[in-house]
Amino acid sequence: MFYREAGQFKSTYTADMAVFPILQDRIGIAVILLLAFVGVPLIGNDFFTTTVMIPFLVFSLAAIGLNILTGYTGLVSLGTAAFMGVGAYSCYKMTTWWPDMNIIVLILVSGLFSAAIGVFFGLPSLRIKGFYLAVATLAAQFFLQWAFVRVPWLFNYNASGAIEVPLRTVFGVPITGATASPETRYFVCLCLVVVLTWLASNIVHGRIGRSWMAVRDMDIAAELMGIKLLNAKLLAFAVSSFYCGVAGAMMIFLWYGGGEAADVFNIRLSFNVLFMVIIGGLGSLIGSFFGAMFIAGLPTILKFGLPAIGIPLAGATAEHITFMLVGALIIFFLIVEPHGLARLWQIAKQKLRTWPFPY
Amino acid sequence: MNAEPMNRTGEPVAAAKGEVLLSVEHISLRFGGVKAITDVSFDIRKGEVRAIIGPNGAGKTSMLNCINGFYHPQEGQITYKGVRRARVKPHQAASDGIARTFQNVALFKGMSTLDNIMTGRTLKMNRNFFWQALRHGPAMTEEIAHRKVVEDIIDFLQIQHIRKLPVGKLPYGLQKRVELGRALAMEPELLLLDEPMAGMNLEEKEDMCRFILDVNNEFGTTIALIEHDMGVVMDLSDRVVVLEYGRKIADGTPAEVKADQAVIDAYLGVAH
Ligand SMILES: Nc1ncnc2c1ncn2[C@@H]1O[C@H](COP(=O)(O)OP(=O)(O)O)[C@@H](O)[C@H]1O
Ligand SMILES: [Mg+2]
Repeated sequence: MFYREAGQFKSTYTADMAVFPILQDRIGIAVILLLAFVGVPLIGNDFFTTTVMIPFLVFSLAAIGLNILTGYTGLVSLGTAAFMGVGAYSCYKMTTWWPDMNIIVLILVSGLFSAAIGVFFGLPSLRIKGFYLAVATLAAQFFLQWAFVRVPWLFNYNASGAIEVPLRTVFGVPITGATASPETRYFVCLCLVVVLTWLASNIVHGRIGRSWMAVRDMDIAAELMGIKLLNAKLLAFAVSSFYCGVAGAMMIFLWYGGGEAADVFNIRLSFNVLFMVIIGGLGSLIGSFFGAMFIAGLPTILKFGLPAIGIPLAGATAEHITFMLVGALIIFFLIVEPHGLARLWQIAKQKLRTWPFPY
Repeated sequence: MNAEPMNRTGEPVAAAKGEVLLSVEHISLRFGGVKAITDVSFDIRKGEVRAIIGPNGAGKTSMLNCINGFYHPQEGQITYKGVRRARVKPHQAASDGIARTFQNVALFKGMSTLDNIMTGRTLKMNRNFFWQALRHGPAMTEEIAHRKVVEDIIDFLQIQHIRKLPVGKLPYGLQKRVELGRALAMEPELLLLDEPMAGMNLEEKEDMCRFILDVNNEFGTTIALIEHDMGVVMDLSDRVVVLEYGRKIADGTPAEVKADQAVIDAYLGVAH
């Protein structure tokens, strides 16, 4: 009844080309942003902010990164965690090189390092695709993870091999380091994710996004439109790895606050991000958020949510249930609905648009 | 268009159609032991509709693939707009103004009709990555300008109703139409159509014939057309080249070709 486009006529192409052409969608986005910027800091406690919201934001960004590569361009990657790691380690190196530089700038610049490495490992994608490309990115995963452990220069020859996140302030407010409050870290994550999502949305809705999807759907025809396959694929690797790199830097600097980064950026993380993209929806930015919410949120909900409403559940059981649910859902989505939760969301909206008179 | 064959025979109709746009000289293409094309020469003149016909496996598709750079013939040469081409890549052919549709529709299945046709504008859009990321200012102006062109094509092909639908689920006839739209969006000088009417019913065929003629007449686009339906070929084309087993067996106006004994033999048993 209330969600429909009736009466909303688009008289210009600009209006028709808007990412959210329907008024209710725009209101929805505004409400979500309001909740995220005002609601969560007001209502949420530190526990909720650090164990649910920050991980959700970090994973969303990583999922957007992988979605650009896999969902939009059709190139499978199992090296996501490694590219995230490149972001984290380059951010760490830069904090030692330029202690006075604004940490948010450094986190963003980390993405550029990751993009460069991503492009390098993306070079084989011109010749190989599908399964073979997945294996090539797996090689990137193992090589980079090896480098994170074996190249002491990367962690400044620390005896423990861990990254230490230094205290960095912006306008006197601690952003990273032990004294940074969860709210501040959450706020920084949120700003980065909102801005980067907006940019990603612009890119995928324009010429570049169309080129990526063209390469994904029919590469020979794409070439005939004048799209250079190598350029399009490498650009996808660059942008994708940029997002993953920023997510990785955020992960260590704004979430973990340091530690054995080499352990964090392992193949399981790569798979987890891939699962987010599959469950959330290949080729959908909003799906990346759904996927991240699901994969990052499910274990926490099972572990803390169920006991809270009186259903006792041991930690180990929660973990098993998570595995089984995620596994079942991946099979379900791969077979039944490759566009994931995002597609279900669209169908629901479509139903709502015609409700209560479907004909 | 359905001119009396008598009027056409003898007169090199295409002579009126201006200079040679593309010429193919002594092309031979082999795949291992398979000879797809053997020593074929012909030319395409500016503004004409040039049909390429022949039985299945005659090498027609392979010929188009040579012209737009998917295949590189082992022998012979292709001259386009007076320039001899050496191992062009498909995207170079595209920037030289050669567009193409495929025998088996090669649309971007996950994208909408609109986005598919917009993709045809890729080469004409040049706002860089950073403007694209902002999607404001010049990038938006550009997007809108090209959107207008695409909407005109959509109107021309009468596919307004499927504008926002993903093309993968459209009926075959409409997919072929969208594919033509995508090629037209490139504003090509030379349009290669590989069996644009295959698998269509009569009504769809008539529509498609009209679109092809309109494109040729109104925009002056030169068209190379592969088609099996001899009636269509007779109606649409100015000149016809006939291939069989990779060799050229006839070349001339539709009427000449129709009367050619070698062609009649090749098509023995085939309708028309
Ligand atoms: N990529 C390829 N690899 C091997 N053989 C091919 C290839 N493309 C075409 N051929 C062969 O070339 C011959 C001509 O094919 P084609 O050009 O598709 O014919 P037509 O379009 O006239 O039906 C056929 O014998 C076909 O098997
Ligand atoms: Mg063919």
